[in-house]
Amino acid sequence: MITVKDLHKHFGNLEVLNGINQHIKPQEKVVIIGPSGSGKSTFLRCLNLLERPTSGQIFFEGNEITAPKADIDQLRCRMGMVFQQFNLFPHLNVMDNITLAPITHKLMTREKAQQRAMELLNRVGLAEKATAYPKQLSGGQQQRIAIVRALAMNPDVMLFDEPTSALDPEMVGEVLDVMKRLAEDGMTMVVVTHEMGFAREVGDRVLFMDGGVVLEEGTPKEIFEHPKQQRTQDFLKKVL
Amino acid sequence: MLSAFLFSATEVASSTIFDQWWLGMKDQAMAGQLNFWQNIYKEIYQNVLYNDRWLNYLRGMGITLEVSFFAALVGLFLGLLVAMMRLSGVKPLQKIAGVYVGIIRGTPMLLQVLIINFGIFGSIAIDRVIIGVIACGLNSGAYVSEIIRSGILSVDKGQTEAGRSLGLSNWQTLRLVVFPQALKTALPALCNEFITLIKETSILAYIALTELTKAGDYIRSKTYSAFTPYIVSGILYLIMTGVLTKLLGKLERRLRQGDNR
Repeated sequence: MITVKDLHKHFGNLEVLNGINQHIKPQEKVVIIGPSGSGKSTFLRCLNLLERPTSGQIFFEGNEITAPKADIDQLRCRMGMVFQQFNLFPHLNVMDNITLAPITHKLMTREKAQQRAMELLNRVGLAEKATAYPKQLSGGQQQRIAIVRALAMNPDVMLFDEPTSALDPEMVGEVLDVMKRLAEDGMTMVVVTHEMGFAREVGDRVLFMDGGVVLEEGTPKEIFEHPKQQRTQDFLKKVL
Repeated sequence: MLSAFLFSATEVASSTIFDQWWLGMKDQAMAGQLNFWQNIYKEIYQNVLYNDRWLNYLRGMGITLEVSFFAALVGLFLGLLVAMMRLSGVKPLQKIAGVYVGIIRGTPMLLQVLIINFGIFGSIAIDRVIIGVIACGLNSGAYVSEIIRSGILSVDKGQTEAGRSLGLSNWQTLRLVVFPQALKTALPALCNEFITLIKETSILAYIALTELTKAGDYIRSKTYSAFTPYIVSGILYLIMTGVLTKLLGKLERRLRQGDNR
């Protein structure tokens, strides 16, 4: 579904990504872990071109999205993204947050979009918040709405950029539950996270990144129980 | 319609009760024997009531409103355009916008008005109201552009990223996500700018446009009263700015829904 070839990203002299090659299959759940500054968020943000790679190629469903004339907006419609800081639109209520993009893209009529939004809100248990504004909601609720907002576009893949890092500890669970159910439904997911429990439980494949490269990858069992690299071992010792 | 009514009304009432009051105290006035209240009446009579002079103020106020309104539109349009140019990331556009803002902010408005009136339109017969709209609009645009630019910059970058990640184009994200939030932040400053604009149109008195300040000045030249005509003009300015402040305050409260609920 997504193929990444020799991806490099520099910020000035700082080399954040140093040659990444990956292939993500449909329905695969890829979890990216690693110390901060290892480039994992930058890698994720390159996948929908929120960051422009310095060099390398990314293919999504057969199209090269790094090609100069690729229709990025069209591709992003099929890639949902969830941010650490939720980034809900504060001037719109929950319903309008969710339906803004589908209606603007004329994917659905307003009625259809609202109907679909209610279905999704029901699924995350927030149907009664449809007319609330983001600031009236807790962090966990906001993040669940943000997930719904991305899902409303019916994406083929969901990118999660540390979705629970800005949450109070007691709200992490409710967001992870939504993500787990999404995984069970067969969504293709790429998740950057510090939640090792989630990585172990949901991940099909875990990437350990450090210094802008994927240092080690494998099934959760391989990575968490038999890490080969010294640095993976050190990192896991600290976070587990 | 309104002015037709006003004029027809004045023709009928050629000698009103106000005129008779004045006639009653005229001899005392000649002798300089008016008491405090009579003096005040004399000032009001001569500067406002006599010969329907109050119409002069109202016409002046009409012109002030006319110039302010259209200059605000020009300023808003220019300000938006220039703010977009400065944020576009396109070097030549940024340069042009920067030079425009630099010149307008760096020189006195009076000088700008004089240059536009005598320099640019000096040899062209053109309504002074239009010159006033152009001069004030051009001036206001520079300030409005800075207000809008800072409003847009105040919106968190994550908002743009969220919009773009949903497949919205740059322009759609700006229009639907960033702009409504920027406007809310910028509104108090914009309100200030519009109030400033109303007051600064008084500079057009310099090019003999009979707006509210010039209207008061004209009465002064007839009656030699140093205070009253200007105070009448001042009160009318206060009414205009007061109403505008109220209206924009209401709008601001409506836009703030998202924070308070």
